[in-house]
Parts: sequence; structure tokens; C-alpha cells
Amino acid sequence: MATDAERARLEQVPTLVIEPPRGWARLGARELWHYRELLYFLTWRNVLVRYKQAVLGVLWAGLNPIITMLVFTVLFNKILGVGSGSGDVPYAVFTFAGLLPWNLFALSLSSAGTSLVGNANLITKVYFPRLVIPSSSVLGTLPDFLIGFGVLTVLMVVYQVVPTWHVVFLPFFVLLALVTALGVSLWLSALYVLYRDVQHVIPFLVQLWFFLTPVFYPTSEIPAGWASVVYNLNPMTGVVGGFRWALLGQQPPGPLFWLSAAMSLLVFAAGLIYFRRMERVFADVV
Amino acid sequence: MSTAVNISGLGKRYLIGAQRERADNLRDAITNAATAPVRRLRHAGSSSGHVNELWALRGVNLKVETGQVLGVIGRNGAGKSTLLKILSRITQPTEGRIVINGRVGSLLEVGTGFHQELSGRENIYLNGAILGMTRAEIGRKFDDIVEFSEIAGFLETPVKRYSTGMFVRLAFAVAAHLEPEILLVDEVLSVGDLAFQRKCLGQMEAIAGSGRTVVFVSHNMTAVRSLCSRVVEIKAGHVVADGTADEIVKAYISNQTATGGAVLHLPQPLGRPEELLVTATRVIDEQGRPQGPFHSSRPIYVEIDVDVVRENDGYQVGFDLLSADGLILRTWHTDGPEADWPPLRAGRSTLRCELPAAFLNEGRYAVAPRADVYRTYWLVNGEDAIWFEVMKDHLESPFSLATGPGLVAPVLHWCGADDRAGDGKLTAVEEYRPSS
Repeated sequence: MATDAERARLEQVPTLVIEPPRGWARLGARELWHYRELLYFLTWRNVLVRYKQAVLGVLWAGLNPIITMLVFTVLFNKILGVGSGSGDVPYAVFTFAGLLPWNLFALSLSSAGTSLVGNANLITKVYFPRLVIPSSSVLGTLPDFLIGFGVLTVLMVVYQVVPTWHVVFLPFFVLLALVTALGVSLWLSALYVLYRDVQHVIPFLVQLWFFLTPVFYPTSEIPAGWASVVYNLNPMTGVVGGFRWALLGQQPPGPLFWLSAAMSLLVFAAGLIYFRRMERVFADVV
Repeated sequence: MSTAVNISGLGKRYLIGAQRERADNLRDAITNAATAPVRRLRHAGSSSGHVNELWALRGVNLKVETGQVLGVIGRNGAGKSTLLKILSRITQPTEGRIVINGRVGSLLEVGTGFHQELSGRENIYLNGAILGMTRAEIGRKFDDIVEFSEIAGFLETPVKRYSTGMFVRLAFAVAAHLEPEILLVDEVLSVGDLAFQRKCLGQMEAIAGSGRTVVFVSHNMTAVRSLCSRVVEIKAGHVVADGTADEIVKAYISNQTATGGAVLHLPQPLGRPEELLVTATRVIDEQGRPQGPFHSSRPIYVEIDVDVVRENDGYQVGFDLLSADGLILRTWHTDGPEADWPPLRAGRSTLRCELPAAFLNEGRYAVAPRADVYRTYWLVNGEDAIWFEVMKDHLESPFSLATGPGLVAPVLHWCGADDRAGDGKLTAVEEYRPSS
């Protein structure tokens, strides 16, 4: 007679059925959870590898936004006279606070967009949910974000900018930034497997998107009415605007914020569906 | 006995023409989309159009019992790897159904996901996770893995500073500590030095011995015979033979005769066109005649024509000498004693190797060329063999003309007889031979 332990072990033997794919792919959330450690390791690898060979290493994560912020401050604020939109927030802090979520998004797109093709050797040799690959690239931008956030904190102390109580919403906007970044990355990475043109499109896309997002100018520069509605179709408008509101108390999110946030979720959901559908052919095509 | 893997009616189709149609860049995709209605009109009636279908596998039915070690053999492109890829869920089948009972671990390549910039320690964790181990599991086996790999002193060194041998050993060590209930192995044991290969085979045998199910794809008939209890042969996407390892391997090898015959040339160059190609292999006698049967009393020469496209000091070219039932009697490489290293410079060279007189017995033998980059990967994996007949005419004894049993027939030398003087020393043959 089998002991309880043995019986438990026998019952644990999982049964797997492999069949041709039909119709809509399921999300496979349970399986994703099962592979969470792989997600962790790949994220860790992406971060480690990014800074391993650079002499200044992880310092770049702080230097990058500082340099951009200085250029913007001189160019847009001092020369072109772009302001922060509210008198008590210095332009340097204003633009730095915009750069943080923006950089998270931009870095995600450029690293996650090419991630599937870059990891072709994994895809053709080992099974795991393919979602892990772009997700780990997006999550891999978080350390950069945190370092940049540290710099911003110092900057705020220097300029004596005190955050309001809205700061409790900050994690929500970081999450929204991640969801948006992952949503777009899912599209780009899956498309890149099928069309190698994507590689050339990504830099343009990031550049154009940057100008359509209120990073170096305040949302108050956008005329009200239809222009503003169209402007908020950009999911990053809500992310950057909301991030700034939570931190600096500028321009509270209005009804148009919800339009932008809904766009984030839409892009994410559609990206997820498209990715899961295309996933079947990755190993055959890549 | 329960069934670990049950495959029924499995098929995998690739669309060859569709690849072009499917458009590899956006411009084509847009053009295709725009012209699709027109094309649909033109091709009305012919549903499949001019897309070429290729069934890499079709109608495969296979049951693997729990604890069985199944060998899968077949020529390149027969569908073996596709089968493994479907079983390990890397690619999806077009038709059929597979039911697998148990956790599956697959080993289609060594060192998948290894990153050159990361240290040995970091790569152990990364690779372990990629192969499906949990962090706790890797932590528990970490010391064993390091010990197995024999690289303990280099754990903190980036893998890019490793020699190829160290890299392969580390990669194997991680893989060898996988503990799934069902292990799928593609030909990964074919690189690495022999002692290490043996260690890996030993580890695999231990896995098989502990009641795990193994599906093992290989060209190495000796490994297949020693590891597998059952072997199936796949040919053009179908299972064409199924039985005990001995029986299937023997039949498989004797069917390969087709590549040999009287003219002992290989039908097409083997290897990688950007690195090194083996363009011909001949078995000839002293006069350069490629015609058997060869006389065992005379030396027989193996000639391998090699085109070196890109020079690399790591090239090894050689051959397996096989017996009629597929046993490797000897593998011989250019990597012999140092004084003997033939130069492999860019261009065409012909390597000639002597099989000495009075070495082979009467019967059929095969020479299968091999080439590799030292401890890195195969260029030619010994799957194509040419066959030749040997007629034994060297004398072992003036009294017996019959051929004695044996895969080889070297003349051995007695160097001592029994202890006549009773002083514990053997008398040399010359001393006790009665003088006539």
C-alpha cells in the first residue's frame, strides 16, 4: 500500500497534452507564475550585462538623465523660454521628473523591441512562456529608473521642492508606465520576429513619440478642445503628466487623463493578444 | 508499466513557398495585403496555390513507457529534431496529439543562454533557470555542479575567458543535474573530450537507471547501443523501424551501403561552406585503387579531401572506423601525436591515413569522416559512411587458413611461456623454443 507521501507524489505528476493550436490563445497566467524565477533571472541578466563592460558602469543610469536635463534646461528653458507651467517648480526639476518615466518607456522599447530576436537561441532551444523575454527587458529598466529617482530626490532637496501628499499615487503611475512600455514592447518584439524593418522603425518611433509627450514642455501648452483630446490619445501623456502631478503637484489629472490611461490598457491588452497569437510561429520563423 | 509519452497521429507541416509569400518586410506585407483580393480572384478554385508543403513529420505514433530509454536515429533532415522540438514544446504540431505524464526537461543544446560577460557562478544560475530549475534547486546542487565541471577555480571569471573545453564542461555540468521525469536529449554529447563524454554518458545512465524516461536523438551508434533499450528509426518524417537497439542499429547501418558501392566517394560535400568542407573520402589500396575487396596483408589508405575556407587552428579532421554492425573500432583525428599534425591551411588538401597491414579481419568495414572545431562543435558528424570489403590474406598460422573470429585481426606476439624453472619468472619464447 502506498504511503500518503507516495500517493501525493504520484498525484503530482503533471499531465501535459500537446495539440495543434486552435483559435484564440489563452493568457496562461498560471504558467507565467510558474516561470517567475526565470523572469527574475533574465531581468537580472539584462541589468548585469548592460553595465558590465562600461567603465562608468551603473553611473550611466544617473548621468544620462542629468546630462539630458542640463541640455533641455539650457536649450528649451534659457534660450527658447519654455517654462515649467507653474511658477514655483524650477524647470530643471520639472523636466527631470518628466524624463524619468519617459526614459523608462524609451529604454524599454529599444531593449524589449529587439529582445525576441536577440534571444533567438533561447527560443529555438528551450520552452518557456515567450512573454518572459520582453517582460524581463522592460523590468530591466527599473534599476535605471530607481537610480534616476535618487538623483531627482537630491535635485528636489537642492531646489527645495516639497512633494505634496499626492506622492502616495506615485507607484500607480510607475506601474502605468510599465504597463504602457510592456504593451508597446509586445507589439514591437512580435513584429520584429516577422519583419526585420522594425529594427529601423524603433529609433524613429521613440523620437517622434518623445515630441508628442510632455517631457520638456508642460501640458498647459496644448490648446484645449479637440487638440487636447487627440493629444491624450497618447498613453504616455497620462503617464508623464500623472507622474509629475503626484510628485510636484502640477496640473492634476482631468477627465482626459482617463482617456490616456485607457489607451495604455488598450495597447497592453491588444499587445498581449497579438503576442500570444504570434508566439506559435516564433521558433519556426526567428 | 505506465506510459510516459503517448504520441498519436503526429504531423508537422512547414510551408516553404509561404515563407516568401508571408513577407519578411513591411513593404512586402503591405503590397501583399493590397494585392490579396486580386490574387484570390486569379487563383480561385486552387485553394493551396503554389505554396509548397513540407511535412517534416507525418502520422507518427509512438508510445514510450515510463523508465524506457528510447533512441531516435535517422539521417539529417529525417525529422528527429522536429520531433524533439515538438515534444519539448518549442514548436507546435500541425496535427495529432501527444500526452506526456511527468515533468519534461529538454537538452537540445549545451549552454543555452550562457552569457559571455557573466561569470561561471552567474551562468550556472542563469542556465539552470533557463533549463527549468528553481533557484532553491540550483542552490542545493551548486556544489555538485561545480565539482562535476572541474572549474572550481574559475567561478568568478567571465565565461568569455574560458577555454572551449571549460565552457563545455560547465554547460554540461548544469545540464547533467537536471532531474525531470522525462528527459529529451538531442545530440549534445558529441563535443568535449572523451573522458568527459564518458562522464556525461555515465550521468545519463544513472538518470536512466533511476527510472526516468529518456528520449535520446543521436548519430552516435555506439552511444545509442550502450544507452538505449529501444530504438526507432525515422525516415522522411515517418517511423520506419522500431525494436531493440541492436536490431535497429544493425539494420540502419547496413542500409547505409547505398552511399558506398564500388566508387568510394561521398555524394556531396559535408561541413560548413564558410569554414571547412570535406569534399570526398576514399578508401584505396597502395596503387590508389578505390576498389575492394582489399587485402588485409597490404596497408589500406583512407583519404579525406578537405577544403579549408577559413583557417582555424582548432580544426580536427578524421574518421571513425566502423565494424559491420556499427561499432566504432577506432576514431582517428589529425589531432594525434604532435609531430604528426598535418597542416590544414586554406585551400584544398588531401589527408591520407594508413590502416596498417595485418590489422583488419575479413569482412565489411566502414569509414565515416568527421570534422570539428576542437571541443566546440561538429562540422561533419560521422553520419555518412563509406563501406569496403576486406579479404583476409595475412597469415596468422601456417596451419590455419580459416578466418578466426574478431572485429580486427592484428597478429599478436607471445612474449613469455609458463614458469618452467619454478623461479617465478616467465621464460621468453625464444629461450624455450626447441632449437632445431
